[in-house]
Amino acid sequence: MRADLQPRIPTVQAPGILQARIFYTMAQPAGGRFQLDLDAEIPAAGITCVFGASGSGKTTLLRCLAGLDRPQAARLTVDGEVWQDENHFMATHLRRIGYVFQDSSLLPHLSARRNLHYGRDPGDGADTADAVKLLGIEHLLDKFPRQLSGGERQRVALARALLSKPRLLLLDEPLSALDVARKQELLPYLQNLPDELDCPIVYVTHSPDEVARLAAHVLVLDHGKCVASGSVTELMVSRRLPVNAAGESGVVLETTIAGHDADWNLAEAAYADGRMLIPDPGVAMGGLVRLRILARDISLSHAEEAHSSILNRLPATVERIEESPDTAMCMVHLRVGESTRLLSRVSRKSSRRLGLAPGSEIYAEIKSVAILQ
Amino acid sequence: MMFSPDNLQAIWLTLRLATTATLLLLLIGTPLAWWLARTHSWLRGPVAAIVALPLVLPPTVLGFYLLLALAPAGPIGQLTGALGLGSLAFTFEGLVIGSILYSLPFVVQPIQNAFHAMGDGPLEVAATFGAGPWQRFFTVAIPLARPGFISGSILGFAHTVGEFGVVLMIGGNIPGETRVVSVQIYEQVEALQFGEAHWLAGSMVVFSFLVLLIVYGSIRRHAITGMRFGS
Repeated sequence: MRADLQPRIPTVQAPGILQARIFYTMAQPAGGRFQLDLDAEIPAAGITCVFGASGSGKTTLLRCLAGLDRPQAARLTVDGEVWQDENHFMATHLRRIGYVFQDSSLLPHLSARRNLHYGRDPGDGADTADAVKLLGIEHLLDKFPRQLSGGERQRVALARALLSKPRLLLLDEPLSALDVARKQELLPYLQNLPDELDCPIVYVTHSPDEVARLAAHVLVLDHGKCVASGSVTELMVSRRLPVNAAGESGVVLETTIAGHDADWNLAEAAYADGRMLIPDPGVAMGGLVRLRILARDISLSHAEEAHSSILNRLPATVERIEESPDTAMCMVHLRVGESTRLLSRVSRKSSRRLGLAPGSEIYAEIKSVAILQ
Repeated sequence: MMFSPDNLQAIWLTLRLATTATLLLLLIGTPLAWWLARTHSWLRGPVAAIVALPLVLPPTVLGFYLLLALAPAGPIGQLTGALGLGSLAFTFEGLVIGSILYSLPFVVQPIQNAFHAMGDGPLEVAATFGAGPWQRFFTVAIPLARPGFISGSILGFAHTVGEFGVVLMIGGNIPGETRVVSVQIYEQVEALQFGEAHWLAGSMVVFSFLVLLIVYGSIRRHAITGMRFGS
């Protein structure tokens, strides 16, 4: 047992927060041992993605949080309640969790309706109706899991998780067994989860696209260790988290729709420090839209008025430049307004020609924006 | 008249024995099968081997040791004597004990295989749904293992109906008490009553065929490996 698993003096705690310090070493079926050793805090607001390659310990972490695996040493508290420490281990069925597995999160011998009610107190009829409506599963209630498609099963499982009013929701690659069309169908429901639940939501994935779309916070796991954690923007800007499946750098901006330009099928997306024009995503005023801007899609210019096809030219300040003499390209870190961060990938030659240095004022020309929806 | 009163008595006794033994086997066999399917203890191997012994031992060997155990000086005999029951050798109760041992693998193994085939998944799902260990066992494990229970019950019943060697060793041949169908047929053949023996023997063939038909039919329907012994 390690000494640093002693309780820390509690700092100011947001309500609902999950604090996990886990040390778990286990024999692997293929031989050898796997070790999970991490210390993490997961807030109750927004989705926290656990990101990492397969074999990095993501699923093992979820199983430890659920009590399905029992780490040798751990201190686990949820909203101040101790789930595991040196003396206690709370069994899974007492933990009040929702757990959506990759596939088969339902009991195969019970109908969807009985899966929703299994093990629950009866008498929350109104809740059931709400959850059923929210996930659009009214017509599936009398079917058995084997009669449902993968996407339908996951929707029933999500409804079940919402109904159980969990203190912690765990999702283990809930999209990985689905085809692209079903993934698109399920994503809006997942994006809505933080509005429906005010408990920590831990979402395991190896897909940068899902992180970019869903995460507010990210834990990056590698070989059982947490190698980075923080807000999704922080990690993307510090380039510890790729922004797409190709491993490219860039940022994700959280915006709200602030206007529509019907003549040109454009919409105005307001971010923390300004607005930009994007192709109309068909979202109503005030609706949330996530934008992904790749570093290679931002070019830099001094010209105030450029006669070009670029729609969005944002005044920015250079914060720092990452470069090395043996590559042609460099990464320019930009700040727009108070807090918005962008990354721009330009050639070292262009950087030198523009005279870029920390503090330079420059225009960021955004060549394209991906709407994550 | 198809069956003589003696034959009817033997049939009735056999059915009573098989039913009693099967019900008791389900009670004893279910926890045993659950333990065998889920334990990581080193005792699993030895216990599984003991459960499977009746598959390979000649019934006379089993019967011989049972007879010694049930006799007034044997361990079970001393226990039943102390309880005021006397020796169970050459009694219906003694036959029930013999049948339970003799048919144990036929009930335990299909149930064990069904528990095993089910995997951890559904039980873990039920735990995340808030179900404790007992609720998981009764509302998830038992319903999901139903094909195994069906195969196990039918095989245990049929195997008890078909037992001969053990009965002869520990039950003898007491009409209405221990003279089951298989012993009755033996008696009739010894006494050259071939006509009577035909009725009983033919009925056994038909009965056994129907039982196996049901078991194999249900195996295909449920894709359950109820008759994969020894695994």
